[in-house]
Amino acid sequence: MSKKNSEYLINRKDNQYEVVIGLEVHAQVLSDSKLFSTSATKFGAEPNTQVSLVDAAFPGMLPVINEFCVKQAIKTGIGLNAKINKRSVFDRKNYFYADLPQGYQISQFKDPIVGEGKVILDMPNGQKEVGIERLHLEQDAGKSIHDLDPQNTFVDLNRSGVALMEIVSKPDLRSPDEVNAYIKKLRSIMRYLGTCDGNMQEGSLRADVNVSVRPKGSKEFGTRCEIKNVNSIKFMQMAIEYEANRQVDLIEEGKTIDQETRLFDTKKNETRSMRSKEDAHDYRYFPDPDLLPLEVSEKFIEELKNDIPELPDDKKKRFIEEFKLSPYEANILVSDIDTAKYFEEVVAKMGKNKDIKLAVNWITGELFAVLNSKALEISQSPVSAKNFAILINLIKNGTISGKIAKTVFELMIDGDKDPQKIVEEKGLKQQSDPKALEALIDKIINDNREKAIEYKQGKEKLFGFFVGQAMKASGGKANPQLINEILKKKL
Amino acid sequence: MSDITKQSLTELVENIKNKKLSSTDVTKAFIDRSVKSEELNAYITNDFTSALDKAKKFDQKPNLNLKLPGIPMAVKDLFCTKDIKTTAGSKILNNFVPTYESTVTKNIWNEGAILLGKLNCDEFAMGSSNETSFFGNVQSPIDKNLVPGGSSGGSASAVAGQLTPVTIGTDTGGSIRQPASFTGIVGLKPTYGSCSRYGIVAFASSLDQAGPMAQNVKDCALLHEVISSYDSKDSTSIDFKRNHYSKELTNNIKGKKIGIPKEYRVDGMPKEIEDLWQKGIQYVKDCGAETIDISLPNTSYALPTYYIVAPAEASSNLARYDGVKYGFRAKGENLIDMYEKTRSEGFGAEVQRRIMIGTYVLSSGYYDAYYLKAQKVRKLIKNDFDEAYKKVDAILTPSTPSSAFKIGEKTNDPVSMYLNDIFTVPVNLAGLPGISIPAGHDSKGYPLGLQIIGKAFDEQNILNIAYAMEEKINFKNKITDWWIK
Repeated sequence: MSKKNSEYLINRKDNQYEVVIGLEVHAQVLSDSKLFSTSATKFGAEPNTQVSLVDAAFPGMLPVINEFCVKQAIKTGIGLNAKINKRSVFDRKNYFYADLPQGYQISQFKDPIVGEGKVILDMPNGQKEVGIERLHLEQDAGKSIHDLDPQNTFVDLNRSGVALMEIVSKPDLRSPDEVNAYIKKLRSIMRYLGTCDGNMQEGSLRADVNVSVRPKGSKEFGTRCEIKNVNSIKFMQMAIEYEANRQVDLIEEGKTIDQETRLFDTKKNETRSMRSKEDAHDYRYFPDPDLLPLEVSEKFIEELKNDIPELPDDKKKRFIEEFKLSPYEANILVSDIDTAKYFEEVVAKMGKNKDIKLAVNWITGELFAVLNSKALEISQSPVSAKNFAILINLIKNGTISGKIAKTVFELMIDGDKDPQKIVEEKGLKQQSDPKALEALIDKIINDNREKAIEYKQGKEKLFGFFVGQAMKASGGKANPQLINEILKKKL
Repeated sequence: MSDITKQSLTELVENIKNKKLSSTDVTKAFIDRSVKSEELNAYITNDFTSALDKAKKFDQKPNLNLKLPGIPMAVKDLFCTKDIKTTAGSKILNNFVPTYESTVTKNIWNEGAILLGKLNCDEFAMGSSNETSFFGNVQSPIDKNLVPGGSSGGSASAVAGQLTPVTIGTDTGGSIRQPASFTGIVGLKPTYGSCSRYGIVAFASSLDQAGPMAQNVKDCALLHEVISSYDSKDSTSIDFKRNHYSKELTNNIKGKKIGIPKEYRVDGMPKEIEDLWQKGIQYVKDCGAETIDISLPNTSYALPTYYIVAPAEASSNLARYDGVKYGFRAKGENLIDMYEKTRSEGFGAEVQRRIMIGTYVLSSGYYDAYYLKAQKVRKLIKNDFDEAYKKVDAILTPSTPSSAFKIGEKTNDPVSMYLNDIFTVPVNLAGLPGISIPAGHDSKGYPLGLQIIGKAFDEQNILNIAYAMEEKINFKNKITDWWIK
């Protein structure tokens, strides 16, 4: 692993600085109901239509744990190769805010449900392991809406009480690119597990980013700043770049860095101080007396383990071994679960005499291009895996050429048409009858006698001309290999 | 029948079942007496009109198989009652009308009882004299200007004064047993997890328990049977086999071993309390039980432990009263200003004191020294009881270190007020059941109570012991109706 040449460093005069990053990712648990109530969790519902008395903290209302959310957290823990804690405790994190109806958030402080784990990142220069410190379950707060009225703030409690997993990494990340890879990997694992949809636009995945810098080679950590609630990978990367440079500038000027919480202003592309360490909230964590410690049995965990699907790392390994794919190809196919599913379905539908390489090239080439241009997810692909497989087989068995296949593919997009039928209806079948082709070529040579003579005299470039003429005469359907063979013989 | 309100719950149920009385007769009688008893200030909200309607409806088609057929009942204003204002004795909830019913009250109505109204209590159940209520002091039926105890002061006053046949209170550190003791009635604090906390305005979640208050042990057993149930809506509710407490009630306690803890003999305890205790010991012996001297060595730490744990939980539980969603809201310049004004105007002095204590003991830098240590001591206190119960079946102590005091006597001395709960708080900290029964009078003629503490889930046993002792004690409450003009 030649890590050195792609190291992310900040350079100033004679000094080089390394950036140290740790992430607290808030991932919304994929669940129909909230962590401690039965309210729905649908995104985009009318304000305050998914709020129970518990979510709105009415007097005498009590939280009851949603077992499904516990299972989701444990599954995620398993996916992160982490220790599952058989006993965890829900604590109250106390602070006042208008969108926090209870006056506290139920979270896990001292005893989280999931302990240490790790994720492997595939970086261009090799693999990188990122440590997971912990994963805990907590409630989301509601939403304060400040821009609907000049005088008043409105509160929407639909999110209040929605289950979140806070996944805390160790300070193992060293560059914006690694952060990008890390978030994508987490997202991929959780989507494989079905524990978080990873939808950043809808706020299902957001992160607090801890950034510090230190002179290259130093073992000690610098003072860190926490950038709160960043909701896209691009913003995380921009915020880190800005923040790391800000800190380096301070050091270069001989100033110290204050440990503080900062906000990233996406419009101005800068981080701003939100509150200093002195102003930090004293959350007065203590075990929530309304909830007993959460205890799960070995059997409960084992059953969940048996329920874990093949995860991206394993799938990648299998793709490389079973389908002889390159690590690069395998990576592209496994990083998103729906792509992997599509690919595997295509492979299955291609039957015995299959050309997997060809299928991969077509998925990552033509299919991705179409999805991109139409802004579609692969799960919404206009061409089903079944018809896609048929198309690949038509190329493989010589029924159509690669070039014709592109035409067929374009016709398939409109209504997921069967490529076989398109080929038949439009008469696109490749001409592979040697006699017919010979006749066709004889005619071309006859029509272009002078060029044929020139070729024979050594102007070999003209061979291409004859191939082109033959293809043209056949309407692009002639089998190019046969054309080559016959031409060589006849010229 | 002019003496309807003097009848016990058991008698009323029997008379309604035998059709000697209608629900309307009974409901009317208690409403009449309640109306005449305004001076006690036992009610915060009455629901007399609809109570009478419900009684009439019941009589038209009486279901006599129910346990509380057409029985009117007022309840502490800490239980959320659907469509009926529920204040917790606080200004901050003065306009709060729940859209839901607490599990405990739902159990009561499901057995045929009819809501008379909501009874006064200390604000958020924080107090031992009912003097912290936003709705004013409650007078004790025992004597003018005497406190009924607290926090279930309105409940105690209403039962002793015969404004309701029975009632329910809540007990976090003695709030059922102490007022029961002060007013000469029976009050049971069940095992933690026996009665659902769903729909009860929370004070200290790990200590709060609802329980019955009644004229006698049998009534108390019957009401307990109705209110105790497993409830999946309360994560601390416990699913254990509940007895038919009233049916299984027996005065046969022969051979039972009753522990007498030496640590409950505290400094400065009046002689009449000690004498009462000795009398109690004699009574249980007379019933054929055996008394054994035991030690609960950590008893003296119970009160300080309680006054860390309870305020800590309260400071967090009461954070939801912020003027944003429901209840009282003061106008403010901005959010923080609104919070500060709402909470300083909406909460009374005692509640504010406890919120501040609780906030302090949970603060970083103090958490380990106070809250964490208190939790450790709490475990030790529970261990004391566990040890004792290896040798005894129940424990007998006085309910309170003194009889009732005058209104205003202790309002400026919170610590002396807190000392009222010295014999009751260990029971809450250990999550055990405890019952206070009237056992005698002091020199002024004020009632004194004895407490029987049981093993967890062993309510039947302490009810039986109380039942046997009740027979021997033959206590007569001296109610002169002084407040009725």
